[in-house]
Amino acid sequence: MSGRLDQVVEQIGLRWNGAVRPSPNLAHDAVCQIECPSEQLGEVCNWLFSEQDYSFGGLIVEQQKHWHLRYVFYGGAHAGWIHLTTSLPGGESQLPSISRLIHAADWHEREVEDLYGLSFEGHPRLGDFVLHNDVFHEGIAPMLKNFNGSEPVTDRSPDTNWRPRRIVEEIGAFAMPIGPIHSTGTAPVYFQLETVGEDVIRAQPRLFYAYRGLEKIAEGRRADDVLLIAERISGTSAFAHSLALCQSVERLCQVAVPRRASTLRILIAELERLRHHISAIAGICESTGLAVAAAHASILEEELLRISGALTGHRYLFGLNVFGGLSMDLEDTRCSLAAEAVANVSDRLDTLQAMLSTSSSFLDRLEEVGVIEFPDARDFGLVGPVARASGLSRDLRNAQPYCGYDRIEFLVPHESEGDGYARLRLLFREAQQSTRIISAIAKSLPAGQCRTPEWGLRPGAALGWVEAPGGAALHWLRLGEQGVVERYRIITPSFANWHGFRLAAENFAFQDFPIILATFALSVHENDR
Amino acid sequence: MTNWVIKGLRTGVKSTRYPRAEETAAGCSPGLPAATRLPSDLAEMIVARCPTGALERSLEGVDVDLRRCVHCFRCTRGSNCTVDWSGGYDWAGFATERTGAFGPPFGRSLHILVVDTGDCGACLSEVKQLNNPYYNMHRLGFFLTPTPRHADVLLVVGALTEQMRLPLRKAYDAMPTPKRVVAAGACALSGGVFGRSFICSGGVGEFLPVDVEVPGNPPPPLAILHGLMVVAGRKPPASLYRRVENSSADEPR
Ligand code: SF4
Repeated sequence: MSGRLDQVVEQIGLRWNGAVRPSPNLAHDAVCQIECPSEQLGEVCNWLFSEQDYSFGGLIVEQQKHWHLRYVFYGGAHAGWIHLTTSLPGGESQLPSISRLIHAADWHEREVEDLYGLSFEGHPRLGDFVLHNDVFHEGIAPMLKNFNGSEPVTDRSPDTNWRPRRIVEEIGAFAMPIGPIHSTGTAPVYFQLETVGEDVIRAQPRLFYAYRGLEKIAEGRRADDVLLIAERISGTSAFAHSLALCQSVERLCQVAVPRRASTLRILIAELERLRHHISAIAGICESTGLAVAAAHASILEEELLRISGALTGHRYLFGLNVFGGLSMDLEDTRCSLAAEAVANVSDRLDTLQAMLSTSSSFLDRLEEVGVIEFPDARDFGLVGPVARASGLSRDLRNAQPYCGYDRIEFLVPHESEGDGYARLRLLFREAQQSTRIISAIAKSLPAGQCRTPEWGLRPGAALGWVEAPGGAALHWLRLGEQGVVERYRIITPSFANWHGFRLAAENFAFQDFPIILATFALSVHENDR
Repeated sequence: MTNWVIKGLRTGVKSTRYPRAEETAAGCSPGLPAATRLPSDLAEMIVARCPTGALERSLEGVDVDLRRCVHCFRCTRGSNCTVDWSGGYDWAGFATERTGAFGPPFGRSLHILVVDTGDCGACLSEVKQLNNPYYNMHRLGFFLTPTPRHADVLLVVGALTEQMRLPLRKAYDAMPTPKRVVAAGACALSGGVFGRSFICSGGVGEFLPVDVEVPGNPPPPLAILHGLMVVAGRKPPASLYRRVENSSADEPR
């Protein structure tokens, strides 16, 4: 199965000649952990990323006796997972930055610097990021173990003169501030659009207004209470994230999930993806001012919410995933009814797509707008539909299958233009695939239980992954004794895609900005956590 | 363009008949637990299962503080014993005795500023659904506005993070009087799953004078609509607590 992974690991051993040590543990699930001194880190990461076609999953920091850093990479089929780990010797809190080589690591390093107080030598820009400098002063590091996460921070001397940095210096240059409260019913985010006239030259988002410190408040809670947190990382991708956490627990404790439960999980996950995509399509129609189409898409969105509610009891699928399966069985007949209703929604979605594809005033706003070329998408480590619209077609459902996705027939569509229209088409095409999966599953649900009864939590750590509607989501969970969570790292697709978003927005006109934003289908909540 | 007009006409009217009549379509609401008579040992067990303290022991069973419930379903899908579950969505109630609803001038036209103070996105999504043809809140004279200067009602969702305090304060201060605050969702009412922490406030009530509270995690669109009807003085408020009554009468409303 992991032939390719073996080769890569062997090559690492040869190239770095003993300095880099693969450890044979974690052998299950094609995961290889490799210990790497911090001086070599950049080189090895870069080699994996640039020459071996591994994607950078994310950075996981753990504070134990020493600092442990874990750089997670995943490849296509058979290439498995590589965890490069490095420890800092006692007392040290500095290590070389890898983000000059791997741009996708940029925000990860900024986040770690901000929340843990580690510093990354050679990183071009650290400072105001998750914690805003006009609310907290620099030097507060909430993720440190000795920081009390349950009390408000009283000791703070914020920088009241803090202003977003302006970069464009030109006669007539001006900066347009937008947010954090803007438009009607939008999530909190601040944009500074810098321009000298028509085009946006720099579009820097300032996020984390909705930072809820989820990784921190998870520590010390019981694992099943952390499941409630996972569902509320992003309410519109709740099932995907709770599934990722469930899988890390199930992998750690070696719980076999009954076939019926994992098949139902796919059905629900695809229902969520479909709803997410339709909601994004509605957003795109709305951003171009095409009110009738937006209304039609939102009719379909509401119908899917109702289907979800009628099938599972909750419109956003909360409370359904539990460790070892699902909290309730979904009867076959109800699943087929739901699948029929979904197929009906999908038919009308096809009609909508056909009508949109001939509305030239609509297409004019999307075509060749907000373009992200393949190399940029790869450099920035974009994920999900946004990446696939630029030709980067990695999808965890078939690259690193879980839940039995490898037993199911579906396509992972991709487009090559990387413009707004490519992203829209991709959403439609993925929605069709989800419908296909749902109706195929509803016809052939395996019988059996929907939850594994007898098993126990055990200490240790494991990674769970899911292709969330927005792209790859990685959850790292470390359990201590008695099922208490010691570390919970949440890596979300929106975090990756927000990082790359400005690439698409820059050098396009002001009036294109909201449209480009809509085609990215970004979630602020998922990013901020 | 004519295609769109035709499609619009063909689709017909989708809007719910609420508030004139009850909406009965499936999947409109996740429901909430009902106060349930239980022997005390079972009641104790089930109260311990609730992660947010929404269930309280009473003499005859368990009472429910709707403001805290996060729809985790642990009290109804667990083994052994369960509480009763009730559907519906007319959940909004007055937060305090202090203010009350708007008077008649606001009955037919209410402008609403939505502020997300750090939620998971589900509440915000349900607010957005109010503008879809199924709920179509314009027909009731409710309008979302992007600016506080035009707003009569501040609709707050989310757990109020430290970094949203200032923007929220500025928005509230910029609204003309008279103004009302509607808080929607467990996080805005009681902190929900996030609770009170170094970054979340455990509810907006301590920071702003909240008038109407809408329970739910997230509250379905109809519940938010009920909250707006309540603040406009067009519907009576519901009780935010459900108590087992001493008499034989069942669940109180
Ligand atoms: S469903 Fe509500 S009341 Fe019941 S256990 Fe969960 S939070 Fe508590």
